[in-house]
Amino acid sequence: MELRHIYRGLGVGLLGGLLAFVFARIFAEPFIQDAIDYESGRDAAQDALDHAAGLGHGGAGGHEAAEVFSRSVQRNLGIGVGMAVFGLALGGLFVVAYLLVSRRYPQIRPRVLAALVAGAGFVSLYLVPFAKYPANPPAIGHEETIGARSALYVTMVAVSVISLVLAVIAGRWLAGRVGTWNASLLGAVVFFVLVGVAMGLLPSFGHLASNKAEYGTFATETPQPLRDARGVIVYPGFDADLLFRFRFYSVISQLILWLTIGFGFGTLAERLAGAPARVRAPRPVTGAAAADRPSAAAASTAS
Amino acid sequence: MTTPVVEPRQHSVTFPLTARRLALGLTALLSLALLYFIGVDQGATSLFGSDTHIHEFVHDARHFLGFPCH
Repeated sequence: MELRHIYRGLGVGLLGGLLAFVFARIFAEPFIQDAIDYESGRDAAQDALDHAAGLGHGGAGGHEAAEVFSRSVQRNLGIGVGMAVFGLALGGLFVVAYLLVSRRYPQIRPRVLAALVAGAGFVSLYLVPFAKYPANPPAIGHEETIGARSALYVTMVAVSVISLVLAVIAGRWLAGRVGTWNASLLGAVVFFVLVGVAMGLLPSFGHLASNKAEYGTFATETPQPLRDARGVIVYPGFDADLLFRFRFYSVISQLILWLTIGFGFGTLAERLAGAPARVRAPRPVTGAAAADRPSAAAASTAS
Repeated sequence: MTTPVVEPRQHSVTFPLTARRLALGLTALLSLALLYFIGVDQGATSLFGSDTHIHEFVHDARHFLGFPCH
């Protein structure tokens, strides 16, 4: 029984990943290439500065030195496989969450529940962590802080998911007391307070100790302009428009992925459940359930 | 005389490994493993030693999906 749902969940996840890849290949890859070109140019300028200062060349472009796959492979095949597998994995997590919730609340219509779970996944797994630690193109991110940055990002994702679960539990608990609408709003407040506190407590990438020591106090690791000994800018800082484009397209591609999962799976789950407008056997409505679902109470009294 | 009767409470702690739980657990576990390889492995941590093939192959996806890279 569950396997039929699981196969479909993985399938729509894979499809969503592929659609997001098509979007990324067309719209985002040119900007990724621009960012890599910026990084190469900046490394060259840094080398020239070091050479002029008599330092020899210290960190000669970490990227080009150890190129394992060509840009062509990374740009066409690597990102495609990466995003397809990412979609597959999210489809798996999505369908597990869907099946857990649908067993507890069998009265929620499949396509509504699928949309809700997908929305929760988009917000908690991507959007909230993105608000604290947004996606960065190549050229942004210091190699020596990768460990700390990965740990902080995973922490932010975990905090976000746990906060959402707690907010839903709080909302369900409140629903019998203040009504579904107010309980939903209060649940949202609980979620925003929890993730807001976490965002306030976790450090920005730029404020990590090693970054402060080497680069000065900046909130992020975005490259600043390169200056020579006299303070003249010899290479510009990272292009702000390029950064915005990359991040904006990152959000859109995740949206494509989650919309595909939510609405795709919803349609398939309705088919699995039989005719969407099937007639349920009337069952007694308890007081609490009636308060939760006034429409159901109204329907049962009307019939 | 009134020895307290110990209620058998096993029914509340049993956790049978049903096919459903197995299927859900395996799906979640494999999904998380895939996410780990796409998002984190061979950057901050590495399961296959100091090799960067996975990292370099999915390099663009890793950046674009929001994971920290380099």
